[in-house]
Amino acid sequence: MDRQKEYVLRTVEERGVRFVRLWFTDVLGQLKSFAVSPAELEGAFEEGMQFDGSAIDGFSRIQESDVLARPDAATFEILPWDPKGETSARMFCDLTTLAGEPFAGDPRQVLRRNLDAARGDGYSFFVAPEIEYFYFRSADPDRLEPIDQGSYFDLTTDDVTTGLRRRTIQHVESMGIPVEYSFHEDSPSQHEIDLRHTDALTMADNVMTLRLVVRETAAEQGVHATFMPKPLADFQGSGMHTHLSLFKDEHNVFHDPDEPYLLSAIGRSFVAGLLRHAAEITAVTNQLVNSYKRLVVGTEAPSTITWARNHRAALIRVPETRTGREDSVRIEYRSPDPACNPYLTFSLLLAAGLDGVRRGDELPDEATDYLELSRRERAALETGVGSLPQSLAEALDAMEGSDLVREALGDHIFEWFLRNKRSEWFDYKTQVTPFELSRYLRNW
Amino acid sequence: MEPLLVFPDPPPADLARLLDLAGHPWKAVDDEKSALNEAPDDGWGGAIIVVGERSEAAWALARAIRKNDVVVEPLLLVIGGNRLDELELRDELYDDFCLDPFHPRELEARLRHVFWRGGTGATPDLVEYGGLVLNLETYQAAIDGAPIDLTYMEYELLKFLAQHPGKVFTRETLLSRVWGYEYYGGARTVDVHIRRLRAKLGEEHANLISTVRSVGYRFGQSRWTA
Repeated sequence: MDRQKEYVLRTVEERGVRFVRLWFTDVLGQLKSFAVSPAELEGAFEEGMQFDGSAIDGFSRIQESDVLARPDAATFEILPWDPKGETSARMFCDLTTLAGEPFAGDPRQVLRRNLDAARGDGYSFFVAPEIEYFYFRSADPDRLEPIDQGSYFDLTTDDVTTGLRRRTIQHVESMGIPVEYSFHEDSPSQHEIDLRHTDALTMADNVMTLRLVVRETAAEQGVHATFMPKPLADFQGSGMHTHLSLFKDEHNVFHDPDEPYLLSAIGRSFVAGLLRHAAEITAVTNQLVNSYKRLVVGTEAPSTITWARNHRAALIRVPETRTGREDSVRIEYRSPDPACNPYLTFSLLLAAGLDGVRRGDELPDEATDYLELSRRERAALETGVGSLPQSLAEALDAMEGSDLVREALGDHIFEWFLRNKRSEWFDYKTQVTPFELSRYLRNW
Repeated sequence: MEPLLVFPDPPPADLARLLDLAGHPWKAVDDEKSALNEAPDDGWGGAIIVVGERSEAAWALARAIRKNDVVVEPLLLVIGGNRLDELELRDELYDDFCLDPFHPRELEARLRHVFWRGGTGATPDLVEYGGLVLNLETYQAAIDGAPIDLTYMEYELLKFLAQHPGKVFTRETLLSRVWGYEYYGGARTVDVHIRRLRAKLGEEHANLISTVRSVGYRFGQSRWTA
């Protein structure tokens, strides 16, 4: 047995861990967990834990519904919120078939496969997401009440939400997830936590962990935290702007001191690849019906397929670097929302960017002021600027024709995702909303 | 008596002759894989690793042994005088060493000695610095008496740093000494783990590990300040 596993077994014993929670993620990005006792842990390492996956979203197959969960010892962490005497720990799992092959329905395996492919070309992919979310008094849709009335960067020292955010950060940091910034966002009760960049697999695990910690910490105080992209119609929604960087050996391959904006040829093609495939990957980066209520013109969320250095409504930003840190050139992709599956989202961002690099795509001109114009006006101007899908249905249409997305996700997840999301769209479309009743009932 | 693992394959002729004359059974291996495949049913009786022309492979094998990927104790190095600087900061990788070219009687004496000691007892069980305590036997770390929960690599990194307080290490050194040569993730990995460690040490103790601009990292106080 390798030292990592030995270390975990020893720590479980020394720290009196009562349960080890084995975590994995379904195709939609919901965290799943089952607990094993310390006595079973050695067996879990040696042979994996077998379970019936057919009831998990996106795992269902007609035959051989059993899969093996293999705990990844490198992800072992003690959970910081358990009371004394009831210590538990968690590990993320990789899922395999009973024959030991990576399970095609496991998003973590999908990201591993994409990262391995990039590593084959010598690249390692680092990401840093900025995660926004809301606190509400309850999860009851009829009583959607924000807890504070703060706004961007407000220093609301004495309120409940500041304390919640502070406790949340203590918890995630004690689990080895460094936080770069945290602050009050634009909308009432909206907060943001920015994580320090790390390799994409660790970061996807970190995002899953952070979402749980935010909700658990809030729930302790009887507060509901939500990553729903657009809970309040009249305020900005929650995004997950994601900073991307690509390294070869120690070198940031997006950086070239002799090029405009310090952005290398690889960096330019990477951005161009993201622009080329942006519409196709949107169903995954923005997977809810509600996601598209955030991506509207006139907000800070992107609605056009554009890049800019500073314009906050562009899909992609190449932020200016600080003096002395010129080699920290990176790319910020701004459409994803925090309700996405981070494993699949990071997989597609990498695949789309690298496809641009492979093709040697040229970077189109930087967007400037036409971003804020309405769609119709833009069409009239014939600027040639594409628009992001306007609804989940449009996004699914774009995804369905994409060889890149099919290849990056694998047939199993690609097809299941389309089926599942078409059905979600159908459920939505057949609703008669308060908007329609108030607008049409009287006049028609 | 279980056979000794000998690196490289074939071993230097004078070493083979000495072992044969002294009646030690032995098998030569060329890397970690053959050390695993060739392992006798009752395990290896010990290891003699010659750090010579293929010193990287020699250190990789020693590291694999110390990580228990291949279970062998004790471990004796045979190393040329021009390579002695390679021993620095690798104390944990061997139990004793003998200068190459060796005197047959010295090598035998050292072999006897490491066997007698059983390869244990050479390292202290606790590493302490200020309020930080690392228990090398139980893998546990605590600061001001409160346990810190670390992953294996975080623990190994902190252990290495705490064993060399005041010394500045480059990322490359940390990578090769803590992760080993087989690691291909690059120096970024070191930065990521340093940040994770600082996060876990908490605000109060995060400055135990300081960044030395454009060089690397240092644990604890500099040797040149109080």
